Amino acid sequence: MRVHRAVFARGLRRYSTYRAATVAHVLTNAVFGVINATVLLALFAARPEINGYDARDAVTQVFVAQALLGVSAVMGPPLDLEDRVRNGAVAIDLLRPVSLQTWWLADDLGRAAFQLVFRSVPTFGVGVLLFDLRYPDGLLGWAAVLVSFVLVAVVAFALRYLYALAGFWLTDTRGVWAAAGLLGPVAAGTLLPLALFPTTVGDVLRLLPWASMIQIPAEILLGKDTLPGGSVVGGLALQVFWAVVLLALGALATSRATRRVVVQGG
Amino acid sequence: MTANHPPIVEAVGLGRDFVLREGPFLRRRKRTVSAVRDVTLSVQPGEIVGYLGPNGAGKSSTMKMLTGILTPSSGRVRVTGLEPSRERTRLASRIGVVFGQRTTLWWDLPLRDSLGLTRHMYRVPAADHARRLAELTDLLELGPFLATPVRQLSLGQRMRGDLTAALLHGPRLLVLDEPTIGLDVVSKSAIREFLLRLNAEEGTTILLTTHDLGDVERLCRRVVVIDHGRLAYDGDLPGLRASVPTPRVLVVDLAAPAPPIEVPGGRCVRVEGPRQWVELSANPASVISEVTQRHDVADLTLREPDIEHVVAALYRGAVPSRD
Amino acid sequence: MAEPLTIRALRPPRAYVRLAWTWCRALAQYPTSLVLLTVFVSLGALTEMSGVLIVFGHAGELAGFGVHEGLLVYGLSATAFGCADMLMGSVERLGRHIRSGAFDTMLIRPVPTLVLLATDQFTPRRLGKVVPAAGALAVALVACDVDWTPARVLALPALLVSATALCCAVWVAGACVQFVLPEAHVAANSLTYGGQALTEYPLAVYGREVVRSVTFVVPLAFVSWQPALFLLGRPDPTGLPDALRFAPPVAAVLMCSVAALCWRAGLRRYRSTGS
Repeated sequence: MRVHRAVFARGLRRYSTYRAATVAHVLTNAVFGVINATVLLALFAARPEINGYDARDAVTQVFVAQALLGVSAVMGPPLDLEDRVRNGAVAIDLLRPVSLQTWWLADDLGRAAFQLVFRSVPTFGVGVLLFDLRYPDGLLGWAAVLVSFVLVAVVAFALRYLYALAGFWLTDTRGVWAAAGLLGPVAAGTLLPLALFPTTVGDVLRLLPWASMIQIPAEILLGKDTLPGGSVVGGLALQVFWAVVLLALGALATSRATRRVVVQGG
Repeated sequence: MTANHPPIVEAVGLGRDFVLREGPFLRRRKRTVSAVRDVTLSVQPGEIVGYLGPNGAGKSSTMKMLTGILTPSSGRVRVTGLEPSRERTRLASRIGVVFGQRTTLWWDLPLRDSLGLTRHMYRVPAADHARRLAELTDLLELGPFLATPVRQLSLGQRMRGDLTAALLHGPRLLVLDEPTIGLDVVSKSAIREFLLRLNAEEGTTILLTTHDLGDVERLCRRVVVIDHGRLAYDGDLPGLRASVPTPRVLVVDLAAPAPPIEVPGGRCVRVEGPRQWVELSANPASVISEVTQRHDVADLTLREPDIEHVVAALYRGAVPSRD
Repeated sequence: MAEPLTIRALRPPRAYVRLAWTWCRALAQYPTSLVLLTVFVSLGALTEMSGVLIVFGHAGELAGFGVHEGLLVYGLSATAFGCADMLMGSVERLGRHIRSGAFDTMLIRPVPTLVLLATDQFTPRRLGKVVPAAGALAVALVACDVDWTPARVLALPALLVSATALCCAVWVAGACVQFVLPEAHVAANSLTYGGQALTEYPLAVYGREVVRSVTFVVPLAFVSWQPALFLLGRPDPTGLPDALRFAPPVAAVLMCSVAALCWRAGLRRYRSTGS
């Protein structure tokens, strides 16, 4: 556990040195937030309600999505582990007495914690200043949002860990990110709230892991009854489900990869 | 190499200042540092010149000014008759540059394609390219890995590839920044022999920076030393050694760790467990016999001062001492 | 060097084509990977397009633009930005090249540095963005009620070239930020990708102030908005003069000049600070 705390702190510190980059990210997220929000406001001016969303819901989700881009890393960055898999250095990591997966989990949670405080908060702040947003109900509502955001970080890691380990079996992993980086954000609800999609498409996408990184937390913040089970608890449960399933798959992949490294010598 | 040939490199009073911003944000202060000061240097066609100095002495800043990457802040410089900072692109097709620490080849491309790209850049006619590539492939034994992507090459193979890329357009001047860094003994010696041959057969002028004494001893008839941005020495290697009396060092491996050795004519300068370094100021033979008589010695080696020490001592000696 | 000016002027484009071609040939050694990546890129472009269609599908009309007119605006913007991304997109890696020292190795080549930077790792997979966008444009041009006068027919290629040049200039100018702040390359995204996101919808959606600033400050209005107004023969709903729709080539030349100045200033700064 102490190792993990140190790795977490290292992840946190590493990102805190990129101050200019963080400011640039917040700026970019805010610009995209304003553009998307304005388009949606024009849309909702023409049709006040679509599948239970009104203008305020949509604009709030736009800023939740932009605020979570850093934590969820749906458009990247990949884990540094991916490079280590490609150049073979991962063999050393696999020989450490600490589990590869929990090591990188701690590292990535450090990154996510930094992103949450220094990217999510200011980006959402821009939305608060410029637009009329919707907020959770009371302290309990805010607590649920915080828990949901932490789960976003775990799902984000678990998914990217699988992308990274794909390098053990694929010769060219660029395709993984080409697909995940382009389709992931759409499936997550970054391009448009999934509520605007044709109902069946939206309902299917909601259940996939990507939605648990943007759409589900946004609906938890908005208190939507489109969440699984119709409540915030159902939404959190879906996120927990994906976190557990993806981490388990990651653990399985790790043991397979370890066997591969041991047998083939790298 | 007659006197009426214009020099390949001519620098007069060359200098480069950098402005550093220091301190915390908002209270940042500007400070000017001179990386290179008043360097005057002339290299004739066909010379091999070693450009030496400790890290941060201004070696790479000078190299960057000679290749046109960096604009000088004072003085003037001409390379193959061109002014590098103004005529960088034209100069580029007359010189070849190799950085030992990073490749000029394309990471993801097979070596052959990388060299093909270079051909298009330097607009070498296809027939010339093929002939020259065949020659260099032969000399540097590139054959087995021409089809391998650069990222899969060993350091030695990559360096041979980089040298080829730098020479395909037949440059008159080859600028090498630490060409043998990180290479094994065999690769080092192959590269050195190749450079000597290139210089002898084609008359290519070579300017290299290095930390490797072997490079200097094998290759350089002339050595230029820079320290703290200033020229500290310009001449041949024996002259360099003679100019600074640097003591040789006796490395003693004792049977067991012991307090620093004290013998006449020797001064212990470093202790690491059972190993001690003794700087010699007298005849090595007498010191060795003293040491072996007084201590239980497992092994002994006599070390010539390496070039870093010579250079460092040279600089210390160049500054008038106050005591 | 008494070479005719035409030959010297053609040298950078020729070098560009040769270098780009060499990269393509090298990538063609891994055809499956290339095809797959191209497919993914097109899928990305198609989902983006479906976003626009979904919005228009719900709204029916935005700023007086129906779904076909909206697709026209999207097609113009995505084609221009897609082409610019293919031609100049690699410049966004400037900061990384500076940090790794690879930029120094570009400076010792007898080819304009911008050409080297832009062709670095040139990949035809970016066609995956251009082809769906051009398809959307073609569909929109047929579906919209365009009065095809000879002037409009002739103007169409000129509009596309101007728009692409403008986007290339935006890309280069954005990359130049990295000469000063190598870490902040993401900030340029708000100009490049942000510019694309902005111009994918009829600009009137964003209100008068935005339309004015992207007309007179960063002339992104000439990528898709003014060309669409010209092709559709509509007055500007935000009240700007109709004459502006003939200005895309002027805007492109101006923006390219600004980008060229930024590039030269950046390069000069780099070469005098070595960082």
